[in-house]
Amino acid sequence: MDDLSWTGIFTHGFIRFWPVWLALVLTFAVSIRYRRRLALYGKLFDSTVGMIGFAFVMFWVFTALFAGMIITHDPLVQLSGMKNALPGAAVKSPAEGSYPWYLLGGDNLARDVFSRMVMGAREVLKIAPAATVFAFIMGITLGLPAGYFGGRLDTFLSFLANLVLAFPVILLFYLLVTPEIVETGIPMYFAAVLFLFPVIFFSVLLNSRFHPNPPRRNLYVGAVLVIGLWAYLGLAFNLDPTGVFAMDPNLLNVFVSVVFVNAPGVFRIVRGLVMDIKARDYVAAGQTRGEGPWYIMLWEILPNARGPLIVDFCLRIGYTTILLGTLGFFGLGVSPESPDWGSTIDDGRKLLSIYPHAALVPALALMSLVLGLNLLADGLREESLRD
Amino acid sequence: MFFFLLRRIGVMILTALALTFVVFYLTNLPPNLEKLAKSEASARMTDDQVDSWLASNGFASPVVQRYGEWLGVVPGWTGTTSDGRPTGRCYNRLPKDAEAPRYCGILQGDWGWSTVFKQPVTEILARSLGHTGWLMLWVMIVMVPTALLIGVLSGMREGTITDRVLSTFSIATTATPEYVSGVILIAIFASATAGISPWLAEHGWISGKTLFQGTATSAMDKITFWNFALPVMTIALYGIGYIARMTRASMTEVMTQQYIRTARLKGVSFRDVVLKHALRNALIAPFTVIMLQFPWLLNGVVIVETLFNYKGFGWTLVQAAGNNDIQLLLACSVVAVFVVLVTQLISDVGYVFLNPRIRLG
Repeated sequence: MDDLSWTGIFTHGFIRFWPVWLALVLTFAVSIRYRRRLALYGKLFDSTVGMIGFAFVMFWVFTALFAGMIITHDPLVQLSGMKNALPGAAVKSPAEGSYPWYLLGGDNLARDVFSRMVMGAREVLKIAPAATVFAFIMGITLGLPAGYFGGRLDTFLSFLANLVLAFPVILLFYLLVTPEIVETGIPMYFAAVLFLFPVIFFSVLLNSRFHPNPPRRNLYVGAVLVIGLWAYLGLAFNLDPTGVFAMDPNLLNVFVSVVFVNAPGVFRIVRGLVMDIKARDYVAAGQTRGEGPWYIMLWEILPNARGPLIVDFCLRIGYTTILLGTLGFFGLGVSPESPDWGSTIDDGRKLLSIYPHAALVPALALMSLVLGLNLLADGLREESLRD
Repeated sequence: MFFFLLRRIGVMILTALALTFVVFYLTNLPPNLEKLAKSEASARMTDDQVDSWLASNGFASPVVQRYGEWLGVVPGWTGTTSDGRPTGRCYNRLPKDAEAPRYCGILQGDWGWSTVFKQPVTEILARSLGHTGWLMLWVMIVMVPTALLIGVLSGMREGTITDRVLSTFSIATTATPEYVSGVILIAIFASATAGISPWLAEHGWISGKTLFQGTATSAMDKITFWNFALPVMTIALYGIGYIARMTRASMTEVMTQQYIRTARLKGVSFRDVVLKHALRNALIAPFTVIMLQFPWLLNGVVIVETLFNYKGFGWTLVQAAGNNDIQLLLACSVVAVFVVLVTQLISDVGYVFLNPRIRLG
């Protein structure tokens, strides 16, 4: 096989992504067809910026989903003679039936840059959205009462939030994401606190709504408690006997640190929104009807604060992606073989001035994902302001 | 105003104490101390030997007491060495026959000894902060005017082509963290095989192999445009987008105000309206944003100094953290926390000062 030219690289790369293109076209066709019935999500397709952003984000989501079909080589396998190979280089003496090129070249350990980038999407999208969701649940659970009740509780929680926000992020990571910390078990205590919040959040959410109807309440809250505490034991303490919920201690540490850094920001936004909304008439009406404070917070205030929160959610996933990249860049908390973008950039930068492709590819990938999320947030903000 | 300031400073000191304690606790965890003992004395120590080394070096007391000693509000520990000489926290590296002071913490100016660089921490800090100071100075000179200009230009006439182009640029830069933009900039401007350098060299327009230098090591002796532009741009780019978006938001809000319309209807030219009426009010919000960017800049400094091998504050922090240099890491944290808190204070006070609509009791 001959080496590929740039047109060749582009065509073959484009073909490799066929499941992604198919899924993207389907998503857009269905969404645009039914956009009038899809509330805020449908309105997104009225804004060009929002659609572009959504396309970028979904491209990477589908890439992560179909990564197994897209990759051309095993991202961890080194092929002889392919060290620092240029983009489009033909594999020397390929095995029967294997892909004949390194589409985007080889890295300094002769691994396929293209496959590593595709697998890296999976690594990033496995953690970033989940960590953001947990940060939001924690921020909302604490921000609602702080904004609604005010007083001492608010002063105390705000002080704690400002404390974390005043910490330079990088310093916090260097202190929290180390093997020594895992040894002492501190991440487990953090996780013990952190994973409790979703259980509390959903029990209170359902309880405040269904407590006039005890049988249904008992069913819903009971289900949340059983599943929640089961997952809680597995994720935080690794005690799940069935092994469905389990997390590698290093990954748990990274996850907990990222949530811990993000939650105070969410807390501040939620608190501000609640303080603004609680002065509205419908909240006063609810109070006059004798509704409980948690019902008002969770079922009256929270749905009305969803616009800014959804926008912030998109921005924050991008921010979390950047944070995870930073962790990888400094080699904190990830295994050295891991194909995630941050550590691939770090690997590639040693030979940056001679063979830039190994660092450039994951760098552009990360940038396009975060850019997509920012554009999506911008589109959503525009559309949610319109009504 | 006075009481507001007093309260703010009180909260700030409380925050600083809490943060430094957290850092102290996390850097003095038992595994870190064990590693310290093994690197300082001998790598093949048994657990008992580690314990006795820690005890004879003052690490056995409770963590709160050691924090007090480090801070300088509790007398430093004292003891005797195996050959009967007095020893203690304050006895290290004393001049001959000098009396050891009772207190020796950071409040007394004793910041400790770096185990990696084998130098007093204060010396290393002074040197590295000097380097980082230059970097920050140039970042500020590039970042603030560019960001404000972009923000004002795009916010002054909302929805025009200029606005759309500049807004897209701002979003793109906020989506590009330093470790990405740094890599891209090096690949374009400082790579011997890719980007524009080979093309320029072919035409003989540059004497060296690359247009810019890919490392900033030489900038520690002498800053030139060619060795300093890339690190400065890398940090500045990420901040530009954010500040520009804030300025734009603030500018568009001001431009819809009644007094702007009145001025326009009176026949004041658009240029004068923007420069004399709108600009001052539109720049209040970005001021706070610029001040609150400092924690972020610190992040950027760490990444860029690592990427460009510039031995400033960020590089020192990474070395200290990576090599378990407890005293140096603590000192770096104190500086970082101090910078963040002081900029927050300035931003709060400055906001009140700039905005006469806010009254404080």
